[in-house]
Amino acid sequence: MKNRGYYGEFGGAFIPEILVATFDELVDAFEKAKNDPSFWKEYLEIMSTYSCRPTPLTPAENLSHYFGGAQIFIKREDLNHTGAHKANNVMGQGLLVKRMKKTRVIAETGAGQHGVATATMAAKFGFRCTIYMGEVDVKRQRPNVFWMQRLGAEVIPVKDGTAILKDAINEAFRDWITHMDDTHYVLGTACGPHPFPEMVSYFQSIIGQEARKQILEKEGRLPKRVFACVGGGSNALGIFKAFLDDPVELVGVEAGGKGLPTGQHASRLASRDGSIGVAQGYKTFFLQNNDGQMKETHSVAAGLDYVGVSPILSSLKEQGRIRVESATDQEVIDALSLTLKKEGLIPALESAHAFAQAFKEAGKLNRDDLIIINQSGRGDKDIFTIADAFDDPSWKEFIQEKAHGYTL
Amino acid sequence: MDTPFNNYLKKKMQEKDILLMTHIVLGYPSWETCLQVVETMVKAGVDLMELQIPFSEPMADGPVILRANQKALEQGVTVQQCLDFARKVTETFDIPFFIMSYYNILFKYGVERFAQTLKARNLQGAIVPDLPPEEGQEYLDLMKKHDLTPVLFFSPTTPDSRMKYIASLSKGFIYCLSRKGVTGADTNFSTDLASYLSRCRLATSLPLALGFGIKEKADIDFIKGKADIAVIGSQTIRIVDNEGSGAVGKFIRSLR
Repeated sequence: MKNRGYYGEFGGAFIPEILVATFDELVDAFEKAKNDPSFWKEYLEIMSTYSCRPTPLTPAENLSHYFGGAQIFIKREDLNHTGAHKANNVMGQGLLVKRMKKTRVIAETGAGQHGVATATMAAKFGFRCTIYMGEVDVKRQRPNVFWMQRLGAEVIPVKDGTAILKDAINEAFRDWITHMDDTHYVLGTACGPHPFPEMVSYFQSIIGQEARKQILEKEGRLPKRVFACVGGGSNALGIFKAFLDDPVELVGVEAGGKGLPTGQHASRLASRDGSIGVAQGYKTFFLQNNDGQMKETHSVAAGLDYVGVSPILSSLKEQGRIRVESATDQEVIDALSLTLKKEGLIPALESAHAFAQAFKEAGKLNRDDLIIINQSGRGDKDIFTIADAFDDPSWKEFIQEKAHGYTL
Repeated sequence: MDTPFNNYLKKKMQEKDILLMTHIVLGYPSWETCLQVVETMVKAGVDLMELQIPFSEPMADGPVILRANQKALEQGVTVQQCLDFARKVTETFDIPFFIMSYYNILFKYGVERFAQTLKARNLQGAIVPDLPPEEGQEYLDLMKKHDLTPVLFFSPTTPDSRMKYIASLSKGFIYCLSRKGVTGADTNFSTDLASYLSRCRLATSLPLALGFGIKEKADIDFIKGKADIAVIGSQTIRIVDNEGSGAVGKFIRSLR
């Protein structure tokens, strides 16, 4: 084992012996790619022709006016192909898979966005593809399951454990332990053993590189704050990285679920419930009991209810370089509703956490302050969850009629 | 190396052409059954045992052991109960027992406290599949300090140079994974396996334990002479699940 990827005391590579050689190979391939200028060029080329890079930075004039404080800008990762920042990571890892000459990819998915993105990449590059998804998430995000299957991926519902994202990750590792010769595991977030945290945030750093350039070009100055939701942490690190050396406050927003005091949340850094542990191959803050058993998490957003968090974010939090807050399910639904009506934008429930926190703070800032919110994905996929949250009667009627149509 | 444990292994290896190490998941299906299974296994001539403290994220385990882990946790099994049970069996039965678990269990308990507790309860050592030696320096030092045996792994993908490195940190015996994949799946007992085991043999003078996928006498016959210890994990859990703890003794006796 070579460089083990530590960020302060967090990170590492706690992997079974059978995977050590595979990780060494991956670390080598990634290091070579990073040092090869043609690799990043190839990456930019594919992101501008297959996805929608650079994504725009949208001035949210109505929201800015509504809060009467900072000028709000929104980084539009929802305009990527498949509707989320996940494409950035997946296409980058896809190019690496080609270099490693592997022919099959596997991935875990929570909200389904990473699964759909991986399935499109596999279709484009001609890889076989298997997606592991917790059974609970399969039910929450059925439209994404439909698309993964249409794209040619095999979707395996994971029934073990809590049947959500962490369990899908375990199952993907079990597959990889068995099939590493021809298979690459496209981990979807900046978690897991080294080199995944570094590699995923490397590909996602394109978000912040663009956003920083865009705001400087448009406004001639840096933002005061940048807001991003934090599940595993890939979109947050993606936008934060470019601002780490700037006098910009970086705010990560975790899932507050039903409220931190209820214990039904997924706030590993913002709550007092997280503690340091080692699971899924790396050391970070986890929501776990005193024995080290992982706890159940809750969020209205399937992509945020993960028990661990990127070791890079744990380290930045410990250093005091980032601030981590949480937003409750209800605050998120309210923020989403306001964004829909004021700007005609449809953030994913995950991304709406960043909006909710920014809305709490925008009015307290000055009119010449700038803030950026990372809209990591679009909310169309959440139509069933959002319709339930709004308790929309005409939607229910439609679903009932539709169901009736199938039973005839 | 002339530790009492190595002397025990040597003596047993002179008496038998292969030793058996079995595995139970603590608290599964119940504490009562666990105790019966240990007793049955010891009486049937098992030479060593792994006692697994269940973990919520058992990454290297296949479906049989994974579900046993989950079931045990659902039933409220705690680390303290597991260590108390371990004390009971080391007091009652005269074979070496190892704790097997994932690193987070040790980490949260405190690695030093874990080592002290193992020593105080007469356990022989520990097997931690997600702790490669590069991450386990503190663990290896503390196990050494408390005169315990930390068992490390070889796998078919481990290059010769790394096998030598792992062997240099090992005590007791080396746990050789028979193949890629998780616990409980089928293993192809083939010439590939034989040449892998001879590679393991060249890398260390310690006894070799072979695990993953050993289910029946034919498997054991194949590895006799190539490895020193056969590890039976998922298969006895399947037997307890399907036929009850009473069937385990007959199964173990049928193996050699």
